[in-house]
Amino acid sequence: MSEALLDIPLNSTNPVEPFLRMDRMPHIWCPACGIGTTVNCFARALESSRLNLNKVAVVSGIGCTGRVAGYANLDSFHTTHGRAIPFATGLKLSNPELQVVVYSGDGDLFAIGGNHFIHAARRNMDIKVICVNNLTYAMTGGQTGPATPTEVISATSPYGVFEPSFNLVQMAEAAGASYVARWTTYHVKQLSRSMEEVLHKKGFCFIEVLSPCPTLYQRRNKMGDGLDAMKFYKQVSKTRNGAPTSECALTRAGEIVVGKFVDRDRPDYLELLKHQMTASLGDRYADPEVTTCSEG
Amino acid sequence: MAKGQVAITVERCKGCGFCVEFCPTHVLALSSAFNSKGYHPPHVVAGDKCSGCDLCGMYCPDFAIFGARNARCS
Amino acid sequence: MHAAPKGVLTGVHFLDGDHACCEGTLAAGARFAAGYPITPSTEVVERFAWRIPTVGGIFIQMEDELAASIAIQGAVWGGAKAFTVTSGPGFSLMMEHIGYAAITETPCVFVNVQRGGPSTGLPTLPAQADMMQAKWGSHGDYSIIALCPNSPQECFDLTVTGFNLAEEFRVPVMMMLDECVGHMTEKVVIPESDQIAITPRRFTHKSPEDFRLFEPMEDLVPDMVKAGDGYKFHVTGLTHDERGYPSMNVETQDRLVRRMQDKLKPFANGRALFEAVNLDDAEVVVVSYGITSRVAQRATQLARAQGIRAGIFRIISAWPFPEQHIRELAGRAKAFVFPELNLGQMVHEVERCAAGRARIISVPHAGGSVHKPEVILKAIQEAAR
Repeated sequence: MSEALLDIPLNSTNPVEPFLRMDRMPHIWCPACGIGTTVNCFARALESSRLNLNKVAVVSGIGCTGRVAGYANLDSFHTTHGRAIPFATGLKLSNPELQVVVYSGDGDLFAIGGNHFIHAARRNMDIKVICVNNLTYAMTGGQTGPATPTEVISATSPYGVFEPSFNLVQMAEAAGASYVARWTTYHVKQLSRSMEEVLHKKGFCFIEVLSPCPTLYQRRNKMGDGLDAMKFYKQVSKTRNGAPTSECALTRAGEIVVGKFVDRDRPDYLELLKHQMTASLGDRYADPEVTTCSEG
Repeated sequence: MAKGQVAITVERCKGCGFCVEFCPTHVLALSSAFNSKGYHPPHVVAGDKCSGCDLCGMYCPDFAIFGARNARCS
Repeated sequence: MHAAPKGVLTGVHFLDGDHACCEGTLAAGARFAAGYPITPSTEVVERFAWRIPTVGGIFIQMEDELAASIAIQGAVWGGAKAFTVTSGPGFSLMMEHIGYAAITETPCVFVNVQRGGPSTGLPTLPAQADMMQAKWGSHGDYSIIALCPNSPQECFDLTVTGFNLAEEFRVPVMMMLDECVGHMTEKVVIPESDQIAITPRRFTHKSPEDFRLFEPMEDLVPDMVKAGDGYKFHVTGLTHDERGYPSMNVETQDRLVRRMQDKLKPFANGRALFEAVNLDDAEVVVVSYGITSRVAQRATQLARAQGIRAGIFRIISAWPFPEQHIRELAGRAKAFVFPELNLGQMVHEVERCAAGRARIISVPHAGGSVHKPEVILKAIQEAAR
């Protein structure tokens, strides 16, 4: 929020509105769903990043969080389930001056999309991945996902989840991500700051945001509503910047370790490509001007 | 004069309570009135305590409220 | 518009179909490819990986065909002409994204060098058993264009045509090669770049305020845009309105899906690609495509030598199916003979169009090699009785 503000009359606009397709409001998310909160943080991060918003693109997959692309007032793409990351890869490589943000959910990014996640991280593809983790497949009715903690009741685990769940931040670090952080929707300031940080950082950046799903996850597990989830996040979160990601696993009701865990500099995919090609081909290497598809 | 003030778009509110809970100076409370969808939006109960920090705006999942600082205090 | 000289390997070459296809993509202006190795298609992208760094562009080998088939679409929306290459098992994996390209009207090219199937099948041997899949493989109602080259020269020429059609109709185009055509080596003449006509992408001239990404122009095809130019457009696989916004209701569905089909009608009705030989007096029409057409050509010559009035209708654009031509032929020929390297796929389209007015003799083959001319000749003789 800008410091130098005039008196605001009551009919002035919400600072998030320039970043939204207001002609599509109200959105479809449930009361007390945290996705909208993450969008506020993203809007503020975009504003303070001072990026040219014509050059920022959002790519989403399928799911509740996947609907973010449809509401973002940017070049935005609502792609197929699990495939936002490879779409984003093609978009970035054909038009490297774009800042490409993948904004999707835990199931989309880590179940069906898991393979694409690890390879993009391995390649250090210069894309920013924001994973809203509500610990479930919300859009389809609250089924078990790879991030759903054990002992939780879900639509497809009516007697309780017994599968071990993924530690997303550990996965991201192991796969090679240059930036790994986790916050919750309670940590709006920190989340916004992390988002702004990654918008100025090269390489594969990953932010996990824990978010309430009151309609399905909270309700089925008798954990109250969205506000109860937010209070829970406040109560059990522990900020441990730099903590080993292996110590950051989530459980049904235990401590939530938040913070920035990884922030390293590695050459990104395009730098590696150019370096190799130049070394092999010298003058013969033609710098890719891939968007050569203009009218003749 | 308070340091800031809030603007509430009543019809967008879905009564989640985040803004009420997390306002650092307890400016807001859920009102007994309701909007056309039946939700109870917040209303200002301690306006003189508003600092214009816009935490309410950052928390609101429905983009129904925001805060801003008043000019003479920035 | 003509081809950019950088991508055109002008000259007389001795190339196999896969390699010629790659040169076709470069001549057409493709500067982005994503692929995954699969026999017998891999050489197309291997050559592209070797050529593109000195032409100017990017090849990325993705982690699977699901990734490759959507990465190319990301590249298209970033502004590039893009394609991917695969064979049967990979084609199956790509089906969801072919549907995505269809409903988002993303111009791009999918090359399928067909091999024996189903499943792992015969990785190194030819078949033509993905022809129906090319049209019907993804879920829902959608239309695509599919082209069938029968020589390395056509692998070059028709690939350029394929890219041009993709841009003209804002549609995914399937290049349906087969292992034989892909791996046969023949003379390929690549002309000077100013002899190669290229259809440019029809970027909009409208301002961001006025532009609607899915608003059809007079030809039912909407104009294009690319990311980064300030249009703040939205692309979704959900049923959408002219703004590109999800609009999931009966009216929008009807309007969108019918237009997607109707926009290809001008191509289907007047511009179908085919080769006609000796059809004027033909009593038996031999229909074929791809490598089978090379054998059918021999069989038809033999039949003529025996006094049978046999002619050839070689399908080059298989989808949309050249209905008008088949209907017209069915009105005057006695019979159709249709050899395919499958158990009968495109023959059902001929049956549909002929509507009982001519006899149809299918000459199936389970795949793995090509027909012997004698087998097709026997069917022609049977048809002439």
